[in-house]
Amino acid sequence: MQTILKLLSLIGLVLTVVPSFLVFAGIIELSFHKTLMFIGTLLWFSTAPFWMNKQKQQLKPATVDNAV
Amino acid sequence: MKKALAQQLDSINEYEREPVPSSKLKGLKSFIGMYAGEHIAGTEFVIGPLFVIHGVSASDLLLGLLAGNLLAVLSWALLCAPIAVKARLTLYYQLEKICGRYLVSGYNIVNALMFCFLAGSMIAVSATAVGIPFDIAMPGLDDWYPNSVRWIVTVLFVGMVITAVAILGYEQISKFANVCAPWMVLIFIAAAFAVMPDLGITSIGSFWEVAQTKIWTGVPVEGYSKFTFWHVTFFAWFANAAMHIGMGDLSILRYAKKWYHGFASVTGMFIGHVLAWVSSGILCAAAGGEIPPGPIAYSSAGIAGAMCVMIAGWTTANPTIYRAGLAVQSIVPQVKRWKVTLLVGLVTTIAAFFPALVMRLLDFVALYGLLLMPMGAIIFIDFYVIPKLNLKSNYASVTNSSFNVAAGVTWVATLLFCLFLNFYQGIEIFFLGLPGWFVAAALYIILSKLYQRKVVDQPAVAVSASGLKKVEY
Repeated sequence: MQTILKLLSLIGLVLTVVPSFLVFAGIIELSFHKTLMFIGTLLWFSTAPFWMNKQKQQLKPATVDNAV
Repeated sequence: MKKALAQQLDSINEYEREPVPSSKLKGLKSFIGMYAGEHIAGTEFVIGPLFVIHGVSASDLLLGLLAGNLLAVLSWALLCAPIAVKARLTLYYQLEKICGRYLVSGYNIVNALMFCFLAGSMIAVSATAVGIPFDIAMPGLDDWYPNSVRWIVTVLFVGMVITAVAILGYEQISKFANVCAPWMVLIFIAAAFAVMPDLGITSIGSFWEVAQTKIWTGVPVEGYSKFTFWHVTFFAWFANAAMHIGMGDLSILRYAKKWYHGFASVTGMFIGHVLAWVSSGILCAAAGGEIPPGPIAYSSAGIAGAMCVMIAGWTTANPTIYRAGLAVQSIVPQVKRWKVTLLVGLVTTIAAFFPALVMRLLDFVALYGLLLMPMGAIIFIDFYVIPKLNLKSNYASVTNSSFNVAAGVTWVATLLFCLFLNFYQGIEIFFLGLPGWFVAAALYIILSKLYQRKVVDQPAVAVSASGLKKVEY
């Protein structure tokens, strides 16, 4: 499940940034870039908090705490 | 339900008056996320355009940003972080031990006010994005006062949400910043790339020529002073002076496992400041010199751009309100932190009503660093130099004094010295931090020698670089 979430997050980031390079290269219009960017943003925020925060919690088990 | 919520909030322990226990220390990744989130902020959307307005040239901008931000990272890693991980106390409690309760209360009032104004500017930046769908008239470069009721309502809404998140504490802020940081970086990059064709940049090779002739032209807008390499360098270095040489980030870096986690600030400085200030300068030029961040991000990146401005404001305002809450709580330790943060959020939101905070941001940021910097010099000297001179570190705590005269005179005299340089020598506010730090350091050594000579030795033990293993709290 985590792998799927991470993959979707990555696709979200790609959709956020790559369309702007295509605008720069004259391949797509600015308005289409904005739409793709918004979809990428939605994808990122609907997936990233789950695996990012979960990973963060795993960094703080009691065993690590005691080792310090 | 109300009672349950109050109990839950009361139980949030942020170790305001004790060292952070080893079980609560955080790894490098937490700080990378925190710094990246904090310095890729709503205010970056304003600072970049203000450099354009002040007529900095392209080469001065890039070289100045590299030099200034490198110096800032070194200041965090070599001055602030080593003390933070040894003492593991908040700035305010550390200062109380050195300066005494009365003096640190005065300092904390100034500090909290500065944090409120800073967070206020971030809330105002967020509001320029939130207001877009409601077609709210945005404040212009010369607007100092609120220009409509709808602007006030928008700011009020944004302020309430940000305050609610800040009340939940560092954990929530850190999680929120971690999620937002990578996305925000890409929005800045993408927005700048997308508008480059409008400026005539159609290849990487044509960037530099257009940058010099259409973006950072070297010609200031009428009524604004001309910025040089030195302005950019010193602004970039001291934009967060209160945090690094002023030791404000003792409160954050006390959670670091190692001192070199201070280098995590590199993400904030180079991805945040360098990249974001350059990108927002490009966006400003593409928008014909407009300043309000919401509309310029919306025109280049659509809804995602407006969301970025809004969220960028949040991620900076949250830790700033958190810090302000800590500052005020150290004055009234008996009041719960969440209640203090609620009050701080209210003051901040009221400050955000005034667009002057945004339009005069460069001057305000420099002033804020300057006011708090002398206390950072005092902490540094107290930690490393004072014990070597056979004087007492944490003088107020050791002698049960409420007011360390040496520290008080150092703070006020340093600021008067800087004021003198500014008013009578015409030295701009951006350049006062460096001489001010050395003046504060020298004054504190001299005055401590004079002041502590009168005191009879007492058997209490201080926290210092030479006596860490004997710490008593």
